[in-house]
Amino acid sequence: MTAPGPTRRAWRRFRRNRLAVGGLVCLGLLYAVMLLAPLLAPYEPHEQLGVVANGLQPPSRAHPMGTDFYARDVFSRVLYGARISLTIGLLAAAIAAVVGTVVGAAAGYGGRWLDGALMRGVDVMMAFPRLVLLLLLLALLEQRNIYLVVTVLALTGWMDVARLVRGQVLSLRRREFVLAARAAGLSAFRIVWRHVLPNAAAPILISATLMVGHTILIEAGLSFLGLGVPPPVAAWGSMVEEGRAHLRDAPWIAAFPGLAIVLAVVSVNLVGDGLRDALGEGRGG
Amino acid sequence: MLTYAGRRLLLAVPTVLGVCTLLFFALHAAPGDPADRFLDPRFPTDVRDAMSHNLGLDRPLGIQYVRWLGALIRLDFGHSFDQGRPVLVILGEAIPNTLVLCATALVLVFTLGIALGVVSALRRGTALDTGLTLGSLALYSVPGFWLALMLIMVFAYALPVLPATGVVSWDHDLMPWYGRLWDRVSHLILPAIALGVAPAAGVARYVRAAMIEALAQDYVRAARARGLSPARVVLGHALRNAALPLVTLLGLYLPFLLGGSVLVETIFAWPGMGALMYGAIDGQDFPVVLGCGVLYTLAVVAGNLLADLLYAAVDPRVRLA
Repeated sequence: MTAPGPTRRAWRRFRRNRLAVGGLVCLGLLYAVMLLAPLLAPYEPHEQLGVVANGLQPPSRAHPMGTDFYARDVFSRVLYGARISLTIGLLAAAIAAVVGTVVGAAAGYGGRWLDGALMRGVDVMMAFPRLVLLLLLLALLEQRNIYLVVTVLALTGWMDVARLVRGQVLSLRRREFVLAARAAGLSAFRIVWRHVLPNAAAPILISATLMVGHTILIEAGLSFLGLGVPPPVAAWGSMVEEGRAHLRDAPWIAAFPGLAIVLAVVSVNLVGDGLRDALGEGRGG
Repeated sequence: MLTYAGRRLLLAVPTVLGVCTLLFFALHAAPGDPADRFLDPRFPTDVRDAMSHNLGLDRPLGIQYVRWLGALIRLDFGHSFDQGRPVLVILGEAIPNTLVLCATALVLVFTLGIALGVVSALRRGTALDTGLTLGSLALYSVPGFWLALMLIMVFAYALPVLPATGVVSWDHDLMPWYGRLWDRVSHLILPAIALGVAPAAGVARYVRAAMIEALAQDYVRAARARGLSPARVVLGHALRNAALPLVTLLGLYLPFLLGGSVLVETIFAWPGMGALMYGAIDGQDFPVVLGCGVLYTLAVVAGNLLADLLYAAVDPRVRLA
């Protein structure tokens, strides 16, 4: 979308930022682990190794992160759990960014009435704590699966991007190059798509990246409350919940999946911060 | 200022109305007979039909909607399925607990966040700054529910110094007044930390950036040149300007804290709105769910309104725009 010049300059700036590169490498490793989980995991995620003999074992050479109550290998489950958290985080944030961009562009370029209507809609959606809205929606929907969780997360997460894009479009639409495009008789869709949005790409990308981290946290919270992808699928949030009953006798069950969440979210946030610095956008909240 | 407040208040009305509409139709669009959601499923069919009629559930949806809104305006949320008591009474018991928890967390968010941000900005580029920056990034990325469990593990189980759950101990009423005070405070510490640490780290990140910017401004140099003490320059001049936009963060963090309180209250068995709502969702107690939903919306809208008004109060330019 952007011309190669500024992109390469931004990449050079990004590469000089050691923390951001560290985050990117870490994130790449996490996604590699996610894809290679079947090869890397010493056991199957649901494999029960005999409750009496191997249940609640502390971390050891055979089980680097110990075993849980059902004598499942926590390390293998953490590896497989990456699938849920990382896929949902990335997918939901991407869809939310697209929806937010479309709504924001329509509001910013579509004139007063459309703007007013769409932005009141955004106000309504933002009048709920997001977790509460998600609880309500997921409680109403009976059949939960990964697609539904992604959809619901995306539908409750697009408002920030919509506001951001609207603001960008409003300030860009008065610029000369947009006026020139209009004078040349281009359609509104073409003007927004080819001329306005590419100029708003940097803040959208930054916001979408930071949203991945936030979405991973929210999904983990939902899984913890038992409203995520239903068991026995291993998800980091529900693994923490399973460890909750064993905080005294087997704290590793809750500790390691939580650390995995922190690692993933820190990596995403480092990349997001690095992008913000490299693309020269102002600081955000 | 009053006109501005009035205008903002008027703008909030359609938002609240919109949310109530959304809530109503979401509950009715959901699969299943609405009577199953609003009436106790244990009732026999003929009783159910009669009550369905009494509640107007057999009337057209439009009329039901208008009547529901009318009841809402009178603060009539109906009765809980589980407890049989009016939802308003149940909410009234839960609200103070959530307010105490969120207010404590907010104090933590702003004191800790501002202190760490200022220190980090003043020591910019040192090992301390790097440590604080990385630390706040990590804390910013910690899921509150996991932090809550780790805090319980360490401070309630491993070295038992703080209670793990509840608002007061079982022998609270037998304690002298200072014992009761400490009992309440000690029950508040862990949930408030679990709830407040992530937003505190967010504030710290924000304050650091804003302070670095402010410290480079001419008025700071002028203040230094006039020979003011470093403390006055930093706290009286730089921080005052840097902290101004924090007021808007208040509006941003309120929904975050309320959302987080669902998890934290559930974990710490803290009898507030979050735990109430989660329990009600789990038990299909829909009048309570609806009541909580409306109340959360009011809280968020009121919080945003408050943030806007505070911002207008400290920055006159906003009122004139």
